[in-house]
Amino acid sequence: MSVKLRVAVVTFPGSNCDHDCYRAFRLLDGVEPEFRWHREAELDGVDAVVLPGGFSYGDYLRAGSIARFSPIMESVVRFAREGGPVLGICNGFQILCEAGLLPGALLRNNGLRFRSHDVHIRVENPGTPFTSRYEPHQVLRVPIAHGEGNYHAAPEVLAELEGAGRIVFRYCTPDGTLSEAANPNGSAHHIAGIVNEAGNVLGMMPHPERAVEPVLGSSDGAPLFESLLDHLAAAAPHAGELTT
Amino acid sequence: MSLFHATVRVTPRPGLLDPEGKAIHHALESLGYDGVGEVRVGKAITLEVEAASRDEALARVDEMCRKLLANPVTEDYRIELSEEEGGTP
Repeated sequence: MSVKLRVAVVTFPGSNCDHDCYRAFRLLDGVEPEFRWHREAELDGVDAVVLPGGFSYGDYLRAGSIARFSPIMESVVRFAREGGPVLGICNGFQILCEAGLLPGALLRNNGLRFRSHDVHIRVENPGTPFTSRYEPHQVLRVPIAHGEGNYHAAPEVLAELEGAGRIVFRYCTPDGTLSEAANPNGSAHHIAGIVNEAGNVLGMMPHPERAVEPVLGSSDGAPLFESLLDHLAAAAPHAGELTT
Repeated sequence: MSLFHATVRVTPRPGLLDPEGKAIHHALESLGYDGVGEVRVGKAITLEVEAASRDEALARVDEMCRKLLANPVTEDYRIELSEEEGGTP
């Protein structure tokens, strides 16, 4: 039997993209996604963690602020600090910011409206564990669905993100141009996704897991999950090999 | 122990875009209210806290603000505290 990579998809009360994330991994070989309830204390040796989108705890207080104290988050923070790959999508991005794993915060969209439609994002850094299968400045079409995706951080934090290549995705026009009109929520520096200093924690507002097969209208999100598996397979050389 | 009533007022930090406040400002203008300056929207959270002293109650609520009730990146907070009359000595 083969040893498969294990990816934990954490379900909080109010998560609604956990099954989409699960399926995005199910479409790939060599990986076994598993749902983990937020009350669990241990991650139990998984290779990567996904915090999916949704409205954990009804977005009460601030989006992500209560989920951040769920029992499993202590293990997620430890896992991330030890270098384990963590992907936070939409509400997952908000949770990562609240947990202090990523800098900044996500404010109410500048137009005040909940935006649910496809956007274009440009790959700014293909050198992360999540983007190695993309070309520099490749433009992806992926959906967004959020009311609070307006990325905000202090000027010195934005300068650090810019200087260190930690801005991974920016909103853009279909031909890859940055413009205010193509920025759906007012995010500083057109930011759609960032990584932490070590590069192993990615937070993004768009939903790559909802763009992984033609029937969904776009497959542009699939290489993100494939990139992550490449990274995990390289880090764990025995995974995927045949053992008896 | 005494019972304290705390009100935590959480407001967006100065200079931070507050689209909700802006929308309310527009609505007030369209109602004909002239001379309304900047409108900011925050939230008020009321808590009952048992503590041995006023200082202790304040310190505990302040800690709650830093850990959970306010996000230091985007929000400021102010604590108002009053002691309930006739608290047990």
